[in-house]
Amino acid sequence: MIRKLFDFHGGVTLRQHKKETTQQPVEQAALPKRLILPLHQHIGHPAEPVVSIGDEVFKGQQIAKPISDISAAVHASSSGKVVDICEHDIPHPSGLKAPCIIIETDGFDRSRRATARTHDLNDLSAEQIRHIIQNSGIVGLGGAGFPSSKKLDPADKKVETLIINGAECEPYITCDEMLMREQAREIIEGVLIMRKALQASRCVIAIENKKFKTLDIMNKVVERSGYDFIDVAAVPTVYPAGGEKQLIQVVTGLEVPSQGLPIDIGVVCQNVATAYAACRAIEHGEPLISRYITIAGSIVKPRNLEVRIGTPINDLIEQCGGNRQTLSKVIVGGPMMGFALHNDEVPVVKTTNCILVNSVIADVPLPSRLPQAMPCIRCGACADACPMNLLPQQLYWYAKAKDFDKVQDYDLFDCIECGCCDYVCPSHIPLVQYYRFAKTEIWNQEREKRFSDHSRERHEFHKFRLEREKLEREARHRQKRAEISGPSDEDHKKAAIQAALERAQKKREQSAVMPKNTQNLTPEQQKLIAEVDARRAKKTGFKDKP
Amino acid sequence: MLSAIIALAALAVVFGLILGFAAVRYKVEGDPLVDKIDALLPQTQCGQCTYPGCRPYAEAIAKGEADINQCPPGGESTIIALADLLGKDPKPLNPEHGEEKPKRIAVIDEEICIGCTLCIQACPVDAILGAAKQMHTVIASECTGCDLCLPPCPVECIDMVEFKPDLETWKWPYPENLPENQVKKPRVITSIKITPGANTKTAHDDDSPPVEKQA
Repeated sequence: MIRKLFDFHGGVTLRQHKKETTQQPVEQAALPKRLILPLHQHIGHPAEPVVSIGDEVFKGQQIAKPISDISAAVHASSSGKVVDICEHDIPHPSGLKAPCIIIETDGFDRSRRATARTHDLNDLSAEQIRHIIQNSGIVGLGGAGFPSSKKLDPADKKVETLIINGAECEPYITCDEMLMREQAREIIEGVLIMRKALQASRCVIAIENKKFKTLDIMNKVVERSGYDFIDVAAVPTVYPAGGEKQLIQVVTGLEVPSQGLPIDIGVVCQNVATAYAACRAIEHGEPLISRYITIAGSIVKPRNLEVRIGTPINDLIEQCGGNRQTLSKVIVGGPMMGFALHNDEVPVVKTTNCILVNSVIADVPLPSRLPQAMPCIRCGACADACPMNLLPQQLYWYAKAKDFDKVQDYDLFDCIECGCCDYVCPSHIPLVQYYRFAKTEIWNQEREKRFSDHSRERHEFHKFRLEREKLEREARHRQKRAEISGPSDEDHKKAAIQAALERAQKKREQSAVMPKNTQNLTPEQQKLIAEVDARRAKKTGFKDKP
Repeated sequence: MLSAIIALAALAVVFGLILGFAAVRYKVEGDPLVDKIDALLPQTQCGQCTYPGCRPYAEAIAKGEADINQCPPGGESTIIALADLLGKDPKPLNPEHGEEKPKRIAVIDEEICIGCTLCIQACPVDAILGAAKQMHTVIASECTGCDLCLPPCPVECIDMVEFKPDLETWKWPYPENLPENQVKKPRVITSIKITPGANTKTAHDDDSPPVEKQA
């Protein structure tokens, strides 16, 4: 079915580099010895572990549960034993560690078939679909990792179009393309599931027009399925046509409002891999425990692998014929928006779509990037290339000057960090770096502002508390004085003094016994206290020595 | 002549009444400028500005007694914000009051703490929990890092620990701080990780932050 397509502003045409990884079928990656499963693989709140160290887990068992609407479950991607729940390196540009569950696999890959509940889509309500999807740990697999159950909840908005994003526009990445070629039928099932959850009236599967073979396959499957509400659209091969906002503009001609969401204009955009995962969850009762990943760059066997979530990236590189000695740089994500890793012992997470390897032998031809950043010559090429219709040069000046109010006036937060401005800049200025810096700096300032407001409140309460205590003390003293000085005969005074002495004596006896919360202890607690006392004695004894 | 004087006098009375009424009816409670200045200060209540807390410093600035560059915890960004608000020129932080340091948090060594409660009394935001002769501890999320609990501690069991960013609070570095090799030489040949015995250089040899200029 031919539909009218629209255009978006700017964008760049890049060399695709996709042939290397689309020639051979997708293979299953080897089962790793250790699986590292971060609790926070998505946008929103981290999941909460429901297993403890030493537990035996089977494949597909939920090991961490979502704690809110905007959170996703984590599942064991193979059977084995939980050996640790600790901070571990994760794929993140900061190189920081985050809490992970570490599983030592037993090699049997056992799953508990009995618990894998399959569903018939016709029996499920939209609410039930979302519930299953959330508990299957499904998040947006295109890269952002937004929990799908939330994105599939239209609330009270009407969804006109559901766009399935198969326009993988970054060079090198082909995992979605291979998924469409190999699992077309299940993707269509996934589309039906999402359509039902959203009550969308039509669905468009958007694929770049240079992916002839994939287009052909999807067209045939859609035709054979006979659903007339599903269309396949061949969108122009311009980077970043696969960006959510750009794709919506190409397919519907509508622009997502600044700071708004696609659902505000009646559109929801989901990745093809997410649709596939939804199908696996509903039809096969299988949570999200593996995904297709492209491993490309200067290694011996570039290809696509079906990888268990949590597999260490160095295992995958080894499987594709690379090794540590020849490794010079590993980029997670595409060459335009990806980031370099600090360490190759990080796991594959739900949002990892591509691993791009640079070796010491050969550099991967990444989209142009020349050495030295030169001064801006105000050519305006960045503004022509910006797919969001922003003014990258103005953003650059203000971000560079750390003028964070002004940079927001120029809609910094609409920037999708696609890197087009970077790519076209004749002075090779790392523009996106400036925007990323400004964004995180602004968030930090907002956080600090909230904290200082909170501290002010606490300080004010502190002052109020001191004042209140002073008044209370004075009141007590006044009362005492009144009591004593009431009948002023000697005997009475003496009696009062005697009573006070007795009270003090009693108190001393009581306090000599023990503080209140150290009575009635169990033997274990007493043992613990003895240990702490011994440790303290040791430590203070040590400190006392010169 | 007389009628003109009477007319003017009448006008004066009328306007006087209107102004008098407005002054009473629309009276501003407190000093809005002080509130605005106070809102920009970091609320550490540390007293490094020589005033006993952020609000007194804000009042002193409003009166023109104090300069805007006396707040080390606020640092450059606070000075710029104050200069913006007051229409003054920003100036560098006065070194007499200290220097801008990364955010720190007090941590009590619980094995040394004798439970004297002195730090609890010193804390301006009630961020220390404990009772007499019982161990004390700092509520990390409430600590402003003001250092005020350090001097009263008789056993010196409080350390100021630098605040480590997590994934939420991590910030991209300013691009000009990128290491030389990432800006000047595109083809960096360094290995990602040292394997013992392997004859390779690590990416961390040069302390390089993670930021790889985009492809």
